[in-house]
Amino acid sequence: MEPKVLTGEHFINGDEACAEGAIAAGCTFFGAYPITPATEVAERMAERLPDQGGTFIQMEDEIAAITSILGAAWTGAKSMTATSGPGFSLMMETVGLAVVTETPCVVVNVQRGGPSTGLPTMGAQGDMMQARWGSHGDYEIIAIAPSSPQEMFDLTIEAFNLSEKYRVPVFIMSDEVVGHMSEKVVIPKASKIKTVSRPRPSGRKDRFKPYQPGPNGVPPMATIGEGYNVHVTGLTHDEQGYPVMSVDTQKEMMTRLIGKIRNNLDDIIRTESYLLDDADIVIVSYGVSARTSYTAVEQLRGMGIRAGLFRLITVWPFPEKQIRELATRVKGFVTVEINMGQICREVERCAGSKVPSYLVGHTGGTVITPDAVIQLIKEVF
Amino acid sequence: MAIAKRQPKSTSAPLSPDPKHPLEDLIRMERIPHIWCPGCGVGTVFSACLSAIQQTGIDYRKFSMVSGIGCSGRGAGYVRLDSFHTTHGRAIPFATGIKMADPSLNVIVFSGDGDLFAIGGNHFIHAARRNMDITVICVNNFIYGMTGGQVAATTPHMAKSSTTPFGNPDSPFNLPLLAIASGATYVARWTMIHSRDLTLAFEEAIGHRGFSFIEVLSPCPINYTRRNKIKTMDMVRQFHNNTIIKNHANPSELDIDFQKGVVLGKFMDIDKPTPDEILAKLRNQ
Repeated sequence: MEPKVLTGEHFINGDEACAEGAIAAGCTFFGAYPITPATEVAERMAERLPDQGGTFIQMEDEIAAITSILGAAWTGAKSMTATSGPGFSLMMETVGLAVVTETPCVVVNVQRGGPSTGLPTMGAQGDMMQARWGSHGDYEIIAIAPSSPQEMFDLTIEAFNLSEKYRVPVFIMSDEVVGHMSEKVVIPKASKIKTVSRPRPSGRKDRFKPYQPGPNGVPPMATIGEGYNVHVTGLTHDEQGYPVMSVDTQKEMMTRLIGKIRNNLDDIIRTESYLLDDADIVIVSYGVSARTSYTAVEQLRGMGIRAGLFRLITVWPFPEKQIRELATRVKGFVTVEINMGQICREVERCAGSKVPSYLVGHTGGTVITPDAVIQLIKEVF
Repeated sequence: MAIAKRQPKSTSAPLSPDPKHPLEDLIRMERIPHIWCPGCGVGTVFSACLSAIQQTGIDYRKFSMVSGIGCSGRGAGYVRLDSFHTTHGRAIPFATGIKMADPSLNVIVFSGDGDLFAIGGNHFIHAARRNMDITVICVNNFIYGMTGGQVAATTPHMAKSSTTPFGNPDSPFNLPLLAIASGATYVARWTMIHSRDLTLAFEEAIGHRGFSFIEVLSPCPINYTRRNKIKTMDMVRQFHNNTIIKNHANPSELDIDFQKGVVLGKFMDIDKPTPDEILAKLRNQ
């Protein structure tokens, strides 16, 4: 069934745009649990999905919400859930199940101030490292950070496409400000929207090995009911999908799971550069803080300071190569984010001892002002 | 000096050249032998479940089995169906996602008491409340078996476990009462020795429209009966001698007390619309 896309110009908030992006990407299953400031994603999906022939279900908690979308994914559906900090914490164990069973799904985190119940109605970017390392064990993940309602639409489609292509859960790391801000969102015609579906098996069903990788390290995915009789487990498994408790099997499985992301960085990573060519000072930012940073760059240029913006659209996997390259030709980095130093550490790690790296951080609850960025840059450079 | 090995003389008739197990088409034979201990009841319950699937006559492709974690939770790993071994306690929400996304499938949750009623208890009551059209089979062995015999939400009061060495201070769930109070539309209880009744109950539960729940009492020789100085065969005898079959018994009488007699049978079987049917209707409006 072709998605019924609301082609045209809309004045909607980021959460609603995210839901529209999901519909446009072909999402037909949403497992929900209400939480501020992500609830509007669920409400929009509840309204929109039945008309798409899709299914909306509000589950009993966030654990059930994310687990339900994994089950749905194995019936062939593109599936999604949306939450904020406390729910994100509850979902973490199941994120690991999605990684190891290679179940495509999209998880939206509209971040709010934390830890714990924190600031439910106020924005922050404090879950960035949790997105990277929140589930136990070692793995690679994809996380994308939209900066506007338009990007909530565009990047939700991108998240589904990456999730389907690499069979990995993809996080949309939004924040309360982008989620609740209303702006113009342009939705193209359905025929102009590029969507990707998971690789599918062919050949003899009795010889199918559910975890035998395809060309880019990603195995084709069978759907329940087709007769492939797949066995899917969270235990370490061989190519047949059967549990094998051995060092060798663990190594083979983990190397491939990590490799399918690390070997495809150029395909996955998206960044944006603004006035970087002649820049001395690179401001690294993402999400709502990139908007602050954009204004700061413009004002700094007005003062004759050669600043540029390196915006992370993909935050995980981290664009290491690009930061390392920039480190060879600039005076220093300033990371702007609404936490007390998370992505800043990554920038520092990649910049190494070549150039200094600074943080313009905030404990959460409001956006960072361009003045704060300008003040720090004037002080240290 | 090498000792010549002598083949033991066979006393039974030779096996047929192709000794096919009647359930072989539903078992991942390459994964046998299974992990279940000698004297454990899970295998019997599992066989009854597979027999029931066979007897329904429904295309196997239209079945899916979901398990959580634990001894019974290994069921999904041995059945030759699209089968899912999920995280601890979460088999029911995974099954809910499958059923709601593709209502044409028959989804069976095969798991244990610790998985379904302690860590997964919240999911159980909500799936029952919704009348989610899945079949939940709980092998109740009164203990956490796989982790070595810790107290469960089903361990009898004052029974010993590795974490209640002086006796369990808590009281166990009355599972059929919990299921009925939560809204389950099919509820039954049998023991692992009642394999015929069990198979029939599973078949009926699979055919039932809505949330069906079957509790099956089963011994854990290694981690429950031994620690409580019960001979496993004595427990199995109690399953026979100290049980009463009483369909539609009062749910409050269904607590497990072998002195008083444990009530078995079918306690609930009513018709009620399911969420997937209701959603399909709403879509058409």
